[in-house]
Amino acid sequence: MGKYKKIIMIKDTNTGNRTSRIYDLFLNSLRERGLEDDVQVVRVADINFYNKGVVARILPDNITYVKIEESDIDRIVRISIVKDDTVKDLLVDPKDKQMRIVLRNCGIIDPESIDDYLKFDGYKGLKKVLEENNRDKVIEELKISGLCGRGGGGFPTWMKWNFAKSQQTDTKFIICNGDEGDPGAYMDRSVLEGDPHSVIEGMIIAAFAIGAKKGYLYIRAEYPLAISRVEMAIEQAHQKGLLGKNILGTDFSFDLGIRLGAGAFVCGEETALIASIEGKRGCPSPRPPYPTINGLWGKPTVINNVETLANIAQILLNGGKRFSNIGTEKCAGTKVFALTGKVKNSSLIEIPMGITLKEIIYDIGGGVLNNKKIKAVQTGGPSGGVIPEEFFDTCIDYEGLQKLGSIMGSGGMIVMDEDDCMVDIAKFYLKFCVDESCGKCAPCRIGGKQMLDLLTDISEGRASCDHVDQLKRISKAMQKASLCGLGQTASNPVLTTLKYFEEEYKEHIVDRRCKSGKCELLFIYEIIEDKCKHCGLCQKKCPVDAIDGDRDNGFMINQEKCVKCGQCFDVCKFEAISR
Amino acid sequence: MLKAFINNIEVEFEKGLTILEVAEQVQVKIPTLCKHKDLAPSGACGLCIVKVEGSNKMLRSCCTEMTEGMKVNTHDPELVEVRRTVLELILSNHPNDCLTCGRNNDCELQSLVADFAIREESFNKIVREVPKDLSTGTIDVDPAKCIGCGRCIEVCQQIQNVWALSFLDRGINIRMAPAGDIQLADSPCVRCGQCSAHCPTGAIFEHDQTRQVWEELQDPDKFCLVQIAPSVRVAIGEGFGFPVGTNLTKKIYAALRRLGFQVVFDTNFSADVTIMEEATEFVQRFVHKKGALPLITTCCPSWVDFMEKFHADMIEHFSSTKSPQEIMGTLCKTYYAEKNKIDPGKMKVISIMPCTAKKYEISRAEEMFASGYQGTDYVLTTRELIRMIKQAGIDFSSLEDEEPDHLMGDYSGAGTIFGTTGGVMEAALRTAYYFVTGENLKKVEFKNVRGLEGIKETSVMINNIEIKIAVAHGLGNVGEVLNKIKQAKKNGDPLPYHFVEVMACPGGCIGGGGQPYGVTNEVRRLRTEALYDDDQKCEVRCSHDNPFVKKLYKEYLDAPLSEKAHHLLHTKYVPRPEYKK
Repeated sequence: MGKYKKIIMIKDTNTGNRTSRIYDLFLNSLRERGLEDDVQVVRVADINFYNKGVVARILPDNITYVKIEESDIDRIVRISIVKDDTVKDLLVDPKDKQMRIVLRNCGIIDPESIDDYLKFDGYKGLKKVLEENNRDKVIEELKISGLCGRGGGGFPTWMKWNFAKSQQTDTKFIICNGDEGDPGAYMDRSVLEGDPHSVIEGMIIAAFAIGAKKGYLYIRAEYPLAISRVEMAIEQAHQKGLLGKNILGTDFSFDLGIRLGAGAFVCGEETALIASIEGKRGCPSPRPPYPTINGLWGKPTVINNVETLANIAQILLNGGKRFSNIGTEKCAGTKVFALTGKVKNSSLIEIPMGITLKEIIYDIGGGVLNNKKIKAVQTGGPSGGVIPEEFFDTCIDYEGLQKLGSIMGSGGMIVMDEDDCMVDIAKFYLKFCVDESCGKCAPCRIGGKQMLDLLTDISEGRASCDHVDQLKRISKAMQKASLCGLGQTASNPVLTTLKYFEEEYKEHIVDRRCKSGKCELLFIYEIIEDKCKHCGLCQKKCPVDAIDGDRDNGFMINQEKCVKCGQCFDVCKFEAISR
Repeated sequence: MLKAFINNIEVEFEKGLTILEVAEQVQVKIPTLCKHKDLAPSGACGLCIVKVEGSNKMLRSCCTEMTEGMKVNTHDPELVEVRRTVLELILSNHPNDCLTCGRNNDCELQSLVADFAIREESFNKIVREVPKDLSTGTIDVDPAKCIGCGRCIEVCQQIQNVWALSFLDRGINIRMAPAGDIQLADSPCVRCGQCSAHCPTGAIFEHDQTRQVWEELQDPDKFCLVQIAPSVRVAIGEGFGFPVGTNLTKKIYAALRRLGFQVVFDTNFSADVTIMEEATEFVQRFVHKKGALPLITTCCPSWVDFMEKFHADMIEHFSSTKSPQEIMGTLCKTYYAEKNKIDPGKMKVISIMPCTAKKYEISRAEEMFASGYQGTDYVLTTRELIRMIKQAGIDFSSLEDEEPDHLMGDYSGAGTIFGTTGGVMEAALRTAYYFVTGENLKKVEFKNVRGLEGIKETSVMINNIEIKIAVAHGLGNVGEVLNKIKQAKKNGDPLPYHFVEVMACPGGCIGGGGQPYGVTNEVRRLRTEALYDDDQKCEVRCSHDNPFVKKLYKEYLDAPLSEKAHHLLHTKYVPRPEYKK
C-alpha cells in the first residue's frame, strides 16, 4: 500500500470506456475532501467481472461495487472511504453468481444484425488478430487463457489448434460442432440463435491460426432458427468483407458452409461427425489418427464446440490473461449450463468455473420447486452422472465433477427431488444411449442393451442381487472397451446412482418397492386408516372412481381400478395415503 | 528400428506398426474378432485392448501405433476380465447354433469362447430373428450370426470396390445387408465370396450343395465326372493339417474316385484349351487387327459380372473364350460323350472350385448350354469338398497318389498357374509367342507378372514388337487400369496396354472366396509358390504342347476359333444393371 491508506481500483466491465470519466470524478471527490494523498485511484486492466458496468474495488477492505453511475461516486467516497462503511445498494448481489462471456450478447443484440454485433466489440478480436498477423501469438494467447473444450471433453483448445497448425499441408478444416443432443440441453442452440456472429468470429480466428481456408458449421436439422440465423450471419459477414477472399484486406481468405446433422446423437463425436459431413454413415472411427492430423477428407481438422468458439473472440480481444483470471486455477473461464428439472428458475445460466453446485441450485436456481426435498443433480447428460445432495459443495470444474463419477459434459444440469426414482433416472439415460448407439462396437451395442434389460428387470420387480453385479461388470467392459465416448460413458448414470443410491436399488430388488412412485409395478396407493380424516377429497379427485367408501365408513382404494396417477396422494392434506 | 517392451519382453520393430502387429513378433497373440490382416482396423470388437504405461485407458492394439520406448501389457488379469465380459456380451448376441453351423470347429468366435473357457452364459440371450438371404444361390447370408465386425463390408467396399454390402439400422439392431435392404441377388454383388472368406463366424457362407452332389453320385443312372481347378490342389491340404502350400493334386484324384466319381478330370487341361483360344484371339487382335485392344481376360466370373455391371462400355475388350470350368463342362458333354458313346443327358459334371462365383457362372448365359445341356451341373468350393471327403470317412492324408483320367486330365505347367494372379497372362504369353513366331520361348517364366502387388505392369517383346501388359487382382485395383485405357481411348493416345489380366480376388484363385479360411498374404504367397513349383515340375510347360490338347483339336475342334470351337468354347457379354429392381 505504500504511503496510501486505501486504494480504489476501477474498471469498466462493459463495452465502451467510461473509466477515464469515473477516474476523474473519483479524484475530484477525494481532492474536495483533501484525501488525495491518502487514497490512490488505479485504473486496472482486469477486475474479474464481466458486464457489471463500471466496477470499483476498495482495498484493503476488499469491497466491490458494481454498476456504478457518475452520481454514485460522491456517495462511495463519503461512506466507504471516509466512514469506513459500505454502500449497500451498490454491492454485488451475492446471489448473482453469473458471469456472461459466451452469452454476453444473447438477448441484448439483434442476432440478425451484424451492425448490432459490431457495436458490441464485434469482430474486434478478429481485427486485432489480423493486424498482428502472428499465428503463434494467437495460440500463445489461447494457451495463456487456459480455455478447454466446452463440448464435454475438456481438452485444451490451444493444443488442438497447435496440432493442426503444425501439420504441413495446404488443406485444413475448422468445424463447429453444433450437434447438441443431450436431453434437456439448449446451450449451443441459444448461442447460435442469439449471437451467431460470435461463433463465426471464433471460427475465422481459428482458421487463421491453424491455416484453414474452409470451415463447416455442423448444426442439427432440428434447429431451423439457428440454421437460418447462421446462414444470415455468414451472408452479412461476406458483405462486410469478414468472410471470403482477402478478409479485411489481408491475404487471408476463408469461407464457411453449413452442414446439417440428421439428429444422431453419436454424430457429436468428432470422427462420427466427420464421417457424417463426408456423406458416410455417422459412425466413430478408431483414434488415433486424431482429426487434427487426419480429419475431414483425410486433412487436418479442428473441431470445436459452439461454446468454445464463442469464447475465442473475447480472449483474443482482451488477452488470455484476463480470461485465465476467471474461474479456478486449473479451469479457467465460464461454463453455460441449461439448468432444468425440479428447480424454481429453470434457465440458461453462465457461471464462472469453480462456484459450487449449491450456489447454482439455490442462489441462481432459487431452490427446489414446490419446496420438496432435493435428492440429486444430474450433470453431463447421458454421459454424466447423478450427484447427491451431500456433494453439493463440490466446485464446478472438469476434475471435481469427474471425481464424483459425473462429467461436465456440454452443460445439461437437471435437478431431481424426492419424487424422482434413481433407477428410473438411470434407465432413462441408458435408454437414450442405447437408442443412440451407432452399433459399431460390440461393448456399447450389446453391453448397453443388456444393461437396459437388467435395469428394466429391477424396475419391474424381476431382479435379484446378481443384477447389480452384472450391471457393474458390464459397465466396466463398456467403459474400457467401447470405441468412442458414447459407449465409454454411457454407464455413468447407472454407476453413480448405484454408488450414491444403493439403498434405493435394494428397495427395488429386495422389497420390490419404488417409494417415489415412478416404477409403476413396484408400488400401490393405500389409505392409512389411522391418519385418514374421512374428508373424501381423494374420492372426489380420483379420475377413475377407484376409491370406494363414504365419509361415515372411511375409504379404500380399489387396486383393480387404480391407474396409479397419484392424484389422491398429492391432494391428501393428512399424509393418509401411502405408496 | 525402434525398441519397446511388450509384457517386459524387449522388442525391436519398424516404425508404423501397430501394437497388435509388433506383439506377434514376440509370440504374443492378442485376440481380435474384427481385425483382419487384409483390412484396415475398424475397432469394432473391443477385444484387442491393451494397457500402455502412462495411459489410464485401455487402448485398442489394432489401431494404436507402437512407438519408441512404449511399455505395453497385453494380458494382465484386469484386461483378461474385460475381454471376457466383452466376449460374453458378443456371445449373448449370437445364436447357440454351433453344432449345426457351417463354421462349427472353424469359427473364430467359437474358438475364442473355448480359449476363455466360458462354461456358462452370464447374460440373457438377445438374438434377432432376421430372415436368411439365400437369393444368390452362391452366398448365403444369415444375419442372426453376424457379430458386426464389419469385415465383409470392408472387403466388399474397400478391397473389391463392389459396395454390395453395408450396415443397416443402428444400435442393437445393426446388421449387414445390401443398401436399401434388398436381396443380395438384386444388389451389385458379384459373388466373389470374399465376404464369406473374411467372416469370422457363419454369418456369410457358401451355398452348400454337397447333398445334391451326394444324391447324383448315388444315382445309378447318372454318370458323374469331376474336375478340379488349379488352385484347389495347393489349398485343400489346410483342411487336413498339411502345411500351407502343399500340392496334393494326386491325393485329390484318389479321393474323388473314392467319393464315387466315374471320371476324374483336371481343369488345368481346359485351362490349356482356354489359352489356345485366348492366345489366338490375342494374335487376331494384335497382329491381324481384328477386334479391340487391349484384350482382357475373362476366366474369372466375378470379374465378368463386375465388368458387365460397372464397365459395360468395355465389353468389346473382353475375351470371348469361356472359362476353363465351362470349357471342361462343354467338352465333357460333347467331345468326351461322343468318344465314349455316353448319353450326355445322363452325365453330371461337377467342378471343384476355389470360388463361390463359379456357382453362378454355370448358368450365367445361354452359351453355358452350348452342348445342348448345362455344361457344368454343380460347383463345389474347396471347403465343400473337404467336408465331403471327411463325411465319406476318407483318411485323406494317407491316400496313395493316383493319376487323373486321360483325354482331359493331363495338363501343362501353363494350365496349373491359372490359379494365381498373373498366371493366365503368363500362360497366354507362352503360347502367343509360339503362335506369332512359330518357336517356343527359351525361357518360359515371366517373373514380372508374378507376385502380390495389386497392379503389375510390364512389357514383352515378340518379334521385336512390344506388347504392353497389365495384371490386376482384387477388384479394387481394376479401376486404375481401366481408367488408363478409357482415358487413352478418349484422347486418342497410344494404348497403355495390349493385354490385361484381371482376377477378382486378391492373389487370384489361390485366394478365392471358396478356399479354406484364414487367408492372409503369407498364405497367398505359399499357395502361389506351390503352383509355380508345380509348373516347373511339369514336363510340358506350354498349353499348345499338351499332347491331349493337340489331340482335341486334331480329332474334334479342328483349330482355335474354328466354327466348332467358336460354338462350344466362346460366350457373349451383356450390360447388366447394378441393382435389379
